[in-house]
Amino acid sequence: MNSTTLPTSPVAPRDFALAAPAGASGWTNVWAIAGVVIKELCRRKDFYVLFVLTALITLVMGSVDIFSEGGIVRYLKEICLFLIWISSLVIAITTTARQLPAERENRTLFPLLAKPVTRNQVLIGKFLGCWMACGLALGMFYLFLGVMAGAREHVWPVLGYAQAAVLHWFMLGIVCAMSLAGSIVFAAPSSNSTITFVVCVGILLLARRMNEVALGLSEPAQTIVYGIYFALPHLELFDARDLLVHNWGAIPWGIWAGALGYAAVHAALFLGIACALFRRKAIN
Amino acid sequence: MASGGADPGDVSVSMSDVILKLEHLRVEYRSRELGQETKQALNGLTLAVHRGEVFGFLGPNGAGKTTTMNVLLGFVPATAGDAWIFDVNVRQPIARQRIGYLPEMTYYYKFLTAEETLRFYAKIFRIPKGEVDSRIEAVLKLVELHHARNRPIKTYSKGMQQRVGLAQALINNPDLLILDEPTSGLDPLGRMKVREIIQRLRNEGKTVFFSSHELGEVETVCDRVAILHQGELKAEGRVNELVRHYKLDNLEQVFLKIIGYNELNDPSNLAGRAA
Repeated sequence: MNSTTLPTSPVAPRDFALAAPAGASGWTNVWAIAGVVIKELCRRKDFYVLFVLTALITLVMGSVDIFSEGGIVRYLKEICLFLIWISSLVIAITTTARQLPAERENRTLFPLLAKPVTRNQVLIGKFLGCWMACGLALGMFYLFLGVMAGAREHVWPVLGYAQAAVLHWFMLGIVCAMSLAGSIVFAAPSSNSTITFVVCVGILLLARRMNEVALGLSEPAQTIVYGIYFALPHLELFDARDLLVHNWGAIPWGIWAGALGYAAVHAALFLGIACALFRRKAIN
Repeated sequence: MASGGADPGDVSVSMSDVILKLEHLRVEYRSRELGQETKQALNGLTLAVHRGEVFGFLGPNGAGKTTTMNVLLGFVPATAGDAWIFDVNVRQPIARQRIGYLPEMTYYYKFLTAEETLRFYAKIFRIPKGEVDSRIEAVLKLVELHHARNRPIKTYSKGMQQRVGLAQALINNPDLLILDEPTSGLDPLGRMKVREIIQRLRNEGKTVFFSSHELGEVETVCDRVAILHQGELKAEGRVNELVRHYKLDNLEQVFLKIIGYNELNDPSNLAGRAA
């Protein structure tokens, strides 16, 4: 064996964190955990497969000349955006849903929680890591779409793309937080992923019509459906696909910021629920 | 409870500041199934480990060793009683700032390399950036993994993974090491290496609290031992004093006597029960 001795610091490094402000130390832990999640996504094949598939389908569709239609690029954008939405939901849900179950199954949670880390920091770190990773993936998807559409149309509505991408990213924040809370309730990542995916798609397709449905109902069903309508996170609010497809102008900044705030509140709510559940969970 | 009380004149005991303290610790696990009784994993465990000691924590499977460690590390809340590390209640995360922990048969983030893993844990301990490289270098050399530092952990053998575990437990230069069956699943060479590391840490004045089923190894390495059975502390003291107290030849025989193995297998008892 080597005769190496561990270095000791002249300034008592073991007590360094004791001297550091609790808040600063907490965020260091959160970012360290988030960094590991981002590395994981970068080293897995899921994202690359989805990106290559989206790019291939879009490029193949783009190379076909259907009835010499001049506005074909609109359809192309619509298909590409649809694929981006599906891919981003799959990446966000599957990445987040497996975080805590994988930590428990591989027992990496034990050495992690044996360090001066709180459970809330682990959860927030996991959320931030997944959300940032989704942001990176989304950036690549939108860049591809922008370049592909710009090359065909010779217009570059950068602001519209940026607004749509950020709205989409914040919507994924709600999805990640929802999936993280689900991963504490449901032990198997597959069941959590399926349930979260069905709920998200359900909200995207049906939530905007729920108030109309409620109007046609008698009491107490009307109140219940209205209650659900107001309690649900309206993910469809973040869908700015038409804006990009038809090259409409940018969204007014006030409305855009309001939507981001709405997403932040819902993500915080789901994270709060996740933290409360995780704090009470015995880990053994 | 039998106690092989320590000699007051002994040097190691004269440095008697308590590093780890358990007082009347009780842990109950509630069953989720209806009609199932709660399982008492620990029952009034009181224990103290002093600075610079290598303390062996023994007991058969299900005795409550891992539960005790889980309480010390804040994974499981105690039903009653309390535990302190460096005079800080284990419910506070900061109690874990000066400890290193090696779980039994653990796995690390397989997509990270050993160096990235250690860098991650170093960040959590807020080790100053200027020191991180030298620490990583030192612990990787100590566990003899410096040649494989840039390979993903998924390519490591079981023994190498266990050594990554030791390296992460040592990255913060801890004053107290909690090792849960550190040699479990290792080949004889791996065991010898882990034993050497424990002995070296003792020479550096570290406190080591470890559980093991390898009684020969415990006899060689430990200053004091505690034997747990069915959640209760049955014996505590120096190995030679316990052996003398029970008038037996070695720790293994003491262990077997305490957990009642000899009585169960005594031919006269068997004959009596058959009659």
